Amino acid sequence: MRALVRIASWLYALAVYGFIFLPVIVLVLFSLQATSFPIPPFTGPSLRWYGAVLSDTRLTSALVNSLLVAVLSSLAAVTLGFLSAWGFARFTLPGSALLRGLITLPLTVSYLIIGMGLLVLFNWAGVPKSLLAAGIGHVVINLPLCFAIIYSQMGDHQINIERAARDLGAPEWKVLLLITVPVMAPAIFAGFFLSMTFSWDEFVISFLLTRFDTTLPVEIWNLLRSGLNPKTNAIGSLVFAVSIVLVVLFELTLLRRKPA
Amino acid sequence: MSNATNSGRALPRAGFALPWALVTPALGWTLLFFVLPFLAMGLSSLTAHDGGGFTLANYSQFFTDPSYWRAMVNSLEVTAIVTVISVLLAYPFAWILAEQVPERWQRLALMLAVLPFWTSYVVRSYSWLLVLAQNGVVNRALTSLGLVAEPLQLANTRLATVTGFVHFFVMLLTLTIFANLKQLSPSYRKAAADLGAGPIRTFLHVVLPLTLPGIMVGAFLTFVLCIGDYITPQILGGNNELLMPQLVMMQIGRRGDFPLASALSIILMAVVTVAYLACARWLKIERA
Repeated sequence: MRALVRIASWLYALAVYGFIFLPVIVLVLFSLQATSFPIPPFTGPSLRWYGAVLSDTRLTSALVNSLLVAVLSSLAAVTLGFLSAWGFARFTLPGSALLRGLITLPLTVSYLIIGMGLLVLFNWAGVPKSLLAAGIGHVVINLPLCFAIIYSQMGDHQINIERAARDLGAPEWKVLLLITVPVMAPAIFAGFFLSMTFSWDEFVISFLLTRFDTTLPVEIWNLLRSGLNPKTNAIGSLVFAVSIVLVVLFELTLLRRKPA
Repeated sequence: MSNATNSGRALPRAGFALPWALVTPALGWTLLFFVLPFLAMGLSSLTAHDGGGFTLANYSQFFTDPSYWRAMVNSLEVTAIVTVISVLLAYPFAWILAEQVPERWQRLALMLAVLPFWTSYVVRSYSWLLVLAQNGVVNRALTSLGLVAEPLQLANTRLATVTGFVHFFVMLLTLTIFANLKQLSPSYRKAAADLGAGPIRTFLHVVLPLTLPGIMVGAFLTFVLCIGDYITPQILGGNNELLMPQLVMMQIGRRGDFPLASALSIILMAVVTVAYLACARWLKIERA
């Protein structure tokens, strides 16, 4: 009976792993063949389409745009989220619960609707479609996330350290920079990292709010109009590789922090 | 007063300005770029596309035009199918990872199981298109095995949409259910065993009921993310059968009809809200 459960478990797990990895393997495998269709049979390794991707200025500039939007919008989101979390954790403000609820409200609304709302508003206000507009949308989706993560980690312990610093004569800005930020660093880093990955991968808001200069997911979407295209395989594999490196780095830093 | 739990007293010198200076930027951002756009959308949904004043035409169009209804029914059907299949696939998988895999390998096994989660969402859907295409891997395998004579139409179908969604949500649910199973104290199982229950009865009467609230949360998350997603149905389902997000985007893309798109978005949001309220009540009953 035990052995039977074990064997069935292994088979089931293998099948699910297979299902999870099938599309990724197909994507990467057929990015490595020279033919103009990424379909079987596999005709041997070639880096032709990686060369094509790297010499495609639309894709490379979209990649730079994506990085720029991801870094800047995440910085804005984590800064606003941190300051408000600090404010709400340290001071008793009138209507605090309601205001905190307001800040986290965008978490419950789909990106499509947030993007639609901004599109209608910007259209009325005459704000042109741009990377800045998309970046504003990305702050809207990531600010509640950063706030929730950082706020949940603020406790009495950290407030006591801050009070000690203040009793020893530290001015407010010194308490913030030398005490609060270092103590909260793991939460701040987690908020920033999550914001980066969400912004990096976000499609529908960027699609609605940018026009000529756009982000990588939108540019990949434009590539899809031409059907199955080995260039899409190549850029997709590159994005996957970058994400894996980031995730592994994140895991390693977290793992290393634990024993300390 | 004795401790810092009442954090309002932590800083007697601060006065009034500092606390508000800290929280105003985030509140202002949310009001300006979340609440205001939502109000603008609501207002827009009550105007006619070709200018003019107040009208309910955009809403009545949804309730009278059967093709619009159809999109909502399609969305609800696909979302329900995806949620059920994903939970049924993910639960045993998470259980195996939590119970059958040795402790030291669990972190690695889980990380592997959600690795494709980190690929670009657009690319993940495209990858399924590669797998399911007319001359893709699945059809190639089926024909060469002689199981089918002609390649099957797999892409641009509901099956493709569901497959793409299930792929994503199996990973998500495996994460949440795994966390749930690990939180379960082993003493529950020991107690059940001491009282003479076999592994199957222990699972059915102890483990499953205790992880049910967590499953509900994961299922609700799946529902919300699935029903609002435009990418997967557009890439994998094509335009043969429209889901609500596709219908919304179509109003903007083809006709520039912001008022109708706004009305449809608000209807979609209302459905999610109703689902949330229904789910919240159910969860409370579960806990009592």
